[in-house]
Order: sequence, then structure tokens, then C-alpha cells
Amino acid sequence: MPYTITNFCIIRNNKAQAGSLSYSDTSVAGHEFLIKAYQHFGISYPKFYKMDNLSRLGFLSVELLLKNHPVHQLYKPEDVGIILSNASSSLSTDIIHQRSISNRSEYFPSPSVFVYTLPNVMIGEICIRHKFSGEGCFFIHERFNAAFLHQYVKLLLDNRIIQCSITGWVEMNEQNYESVVYLIEKQSQTNNQIVNFEPGELNKIYLKDS
Amino acid sequence: MKEIFAIADNIVTPLGFSTQENAANMLKNITGIRQWNDVQIAPEPFYASLIDDETLNQKFASFDDPARFTRFEKMIICSVKDALSNSNVDFTNKKTLFILSTTKGNIDLLEKNKMTVFGNERTSLWHTARLMKEYFSLYHMPLVVSNACISGLLAIIIGARLIRNGLFENVVINGSDIITEFVISGFNSFKSLSTGPCRPFDKTRDGLSLGEGSGTIILSSNRNRSAVPSSVCIGEGFSTNDANHISGPSRTGEGLFLAISKVLNAHAARISYISAHGTATLYNDEMESIAFTRAGLQNVPVNSFKGYWGHTLGAAGVIESAMAIYSLKNNLLLNTLGFNETGVSNPISVISKATPCKLENCLKVASGFGGCNAALLFYKA
Repeated sequence: MPYTITNFCIIRNNKAQAGSLSYSDTSVAGHEFLIKAYQHFGISYPKFYKMDNLSRLGFLSVELLLKNHPVHQLYKPEDVGIILSNASSSLSTDIIHQRSISNRSEYFPSPSVFVYTLPNVMIGEICIRHKFSGEGCFFIHERFNAAFLHQYVKLLLDNRIIQCSITGWVEMNEQNYESVVYLIEKQSQTNNQIVNFEPGELNKIYLKDS
Repeated sequence: MKEIFAIADNIVTPLGFSTQENAANMLKNITGIRQWNDVQIAPEPFYASLIDDETLNQKFASFDDPARFTRFEKMIICSVKDALSNSNVDFTNKKTLFILSTTKGNIDLLEKNKMTVFGNERTSLWHTARLMKEYFSLYHMPLVVSNACISGLLAIIIGARLIRNGLFENVVINGSDIITEFVISGFNSFKSLSTGPCRPFDKTRDGLSLGEGSGTIILSSNRNRSAVPSSVCIGEGFSTNDANHISGPSRTGEGLFLAISKVLNAHAARISYISAHGTATLYNDEMESIAFTRAGLQNVPVNSFKGYWGHTLGAAGVIESAMAIYSLKNNLLLNTLGFNETGVSNPISVISKATPCKLENCLKVASGFGGCNAALLFYKA
């Protein structure tokens, strides 16, 4: 059965867009932009402020991805799989934790920082927010790897391990950030614009205005 | 269902550099966990299972210059080489994939003095993948799974899925993690470290002991890739999320129960043995006892290997699965080192004495930060 990309969300260069949703503010630093975007879209989830920057980016991407999509009504919580990837793992937070221990006279490791030194914690945050309980995995690739993500998500869908997938790339390093996440379903549920779930289409979307 | 065979394996811990060496020491109730008093790693003394640098370098020197590689990389190479030597899998072939599972990789390189020797990029896990591709002359770029403490088990599940769907014939899975100041300080900040060697499922358990390890399991759809035809198969496995809390397990064992239910649904078999995650924290062991009981498995013999080599993080799922495969092959249930009296509210059947027992299969489970859980069945061919 063919699968389709029913929506996607791109956040980079201080611009966030998903379908008809769009917001940009190039006057602030990237990490501040995430907070601005959160406020702009009227999201109310105080835990957002406790998250590290990587989780904020992933969280925000999925918020926008699902804002106008009835994923919660269409699928059981265990049938939604979250398969994400990036290059830097949790490096941006690893550095913060490392700083808190590198000097014995200022030795203050914090559990609220340390927990974010694992990239899949972002998947946990998304699952808590949306009550998803299905398959999850975090992969590390040097660059966005459309061929692999397509291969693995297709396998999960073909084998009926999941019915719907949130997949893509959520990268955060000290210099930059970039998120491109996709909603993959068996058929288009909500819009007429059919985009086949193929590596070429994933790449085409990834390269949009970049 | 297409059969996938466990072809060969290896375990590198302070208890030895092969599965056999580890097993021999475990049967003598030897633990790799001891007290360390090293202010370079932690301001206070701590209990952990750490691999001796000198031993690692000696082993490594038999095939390469130890100075060219980091601790983490040397552990991977030692483990993979030993496992490969017991198989006839062509690692460089197009039909073979390498999956690396780790939580933190070369995390010690974030310490300034070490970074300068190896360079900035070396901390990245994609760089480790590249390095391994070059070192072993692999056809494909290795796949890197970094999914907290279920990484190893999840890597095996993914490897089996890729073979079952005809995408590869062989998958070599390595799980490795080193224990550094970074990791100790983090777990210590959570107050989850034990005051002595960890005591899984015990009444007096008070936390986990961290451990260094590297494990390798080679999977193939061709059972003759093994020197001795393989007798253990990899069944279905699943990962789930508690959707409850990022740093604590679900009080009701929701995610683990769901993962186990999916495995039991896919295999109509009676479970002969459970290899638990059993970290020896109050919450983890309690949560597992609830999940096992909810799944109707409270009378199935269960053990945790953490008392022998501690919690080896991203390596745990691989080295513990290698030991579970050993148990299946030898029809032997190993005792839960450190366990004396049940300290979980659901009375599960914790193995307290090594016991010969005819085993048909083993349910392996794992749970981790981010609310993730995984369960996988190993069974006899």
C-alpha cells in the first residue's frame, strides 16, 4: 500500500512553517525564537519552559505538525510511532552538563539538565504531550538521511507495527538548529494534496527554501 | 515467520573479554563492581564496574596501536573482532549491516584535555560510525541508535526487523558505553547510585551501580554463518513509551506491560525465563514487578545481570542478551547477584541460585529515560 506525507513542519533560520501556519522573527537569537514561536502560536504547556533547546525544537515541530491534523482521533496512542534523527545527539545540553562539573569549586550537576543529555528524551516529551505510546527510536546520522528514514518507517508501516509515523530530523548544536518533521499515513486523511512517501519527496521538502 | 539466528556474540566487561570468560566468572559469583576513590571521576567514593585501561590496551595492542583510538572505540573493536572470529559472516559485504548502540559514545572527549588529542568531531556519534566503516572496510555506513538504556535491545529488534524484511542477510550489533565523570555526576545528581554493589529486586536495594561494557551479537538469516549451527533465534520485539514521565518509570508499568503484551501476542509460547532490566533502583524494579505480574508472568523465573557488571547503559541490552542466549544454549538460569530477599510489592520469581533448567525461550526487557521500554523474545530453533 502506498503511504503519503500528509503534513510537514520546517523550523530553521528563525522561521516556522507547517501547512497554513507560519511565523518568522529574525530579530532574535535562534533559541529565543523557539520561545517566541511557542508564544505566537498560543500553545499553553508550561513544561515547555523546563525543556532543553533540543526538546523545545522537537516539541514545537510536532505541535505545529499536528495542529490541524486529527491524528489523535484517527489512531490509537500505541499506533503512532516517532522515529527521529540528528547529527549532534544531545551535544548542546551535554556541554551545559559538562560545564557544571568541570570545576571542582563550582561543581553543580543538576538532574534537570542531565536528563536531557539523551536525545530520545525529546521523543518522551512528545509522547507525554500527545499521549503517544507506540514505537520510538532516535538515530544519529551525519546528514538528513531520507533513504534510511523512508526504509525504516515503511518497514514499520508494512509490518503493521504502527499505523502512522512522525519522522524526520531535529538538530540542535551550539551554532545552529534545524528541524524538518513529517507526518506519514496510509492515505491522506485531511488534505487533497497527495505527496507520496518516497525518499525523493522527503528530500524535496527538506531542501525547500533552505 | 522467517527465522533469524543468533550466530555469534561477545561480552567485554571487567569480568572478561569474551562471553565464555564472563560466564565463567559469573558462575563463581564474581562481580566487576567495586569501590573507586578517584577524584578525577567523582568528588566522593563510588561503586562501579570499570574496565582496566591497561588490560584494554594490552588486548587492543594485539591488532592495532592503542594510542590511535579512544577507550570507547577500542572496546567496540575488541568486542566486534572477537564475535566475528566465531562466525563466517563477511563484515565487508553489501548484505551485512553494522548497528552501533550507545548513549554517550566518546563523551570523555568533552573534557578539555582529551578533546585536543582527538579533535572536536570525534565526540560525534556519526564520526564513530565513519571511523568504524573505515576500520572494518564496511560496505554500508553503520547505523547509530541512541535511545537511552533501551538502545542495545532496540538495536537488536531493529536488526532483526531489517533481516526479516529481506533488507540484509546479516546484522552485526554492538552496544558500548564508557563510564566517566560526566555519567557518574549525572546519576549522582539524581541520587540513584547505590551505596555498595547494586542489589536488584532486593529488599535492601538502594540504587544502581554503573558499569562499562561492550557487547556484540551477530544476527543472520543463514544459520550456517556460525561455526556451530546456531540454536537460538530472534523473535519479535517492540518498543513503547510510558507517555508519563521523562526521568521516572510509570508507576503502573504501562509502557513495559504494553511492550511485553505485544511480544506475547506475536508468539503464542509459554515464557520459560525473563532477563529483566533490574537496575536495583527502587522505582525500576518495582515497576518491572508490576508489569510482569500484569502480563501474567509472575511465576516465570526472572533474573537481573546488573549485580555482575552494573548498569552498562547503551551496552546493557546487547551484553545481557548475549548472556541470555548463553543461558538458553546451556539450559542454565543464573542467579541475581546481590539479591537475597524480595523487595518488590508483587511477588515475582527472582532467581537466587544458579539452576540447571530446560529452557525454550527468554523474554528480554529494558526500560530507560524518556519513558522508553523494549521487549524481545529469544527462542530455540
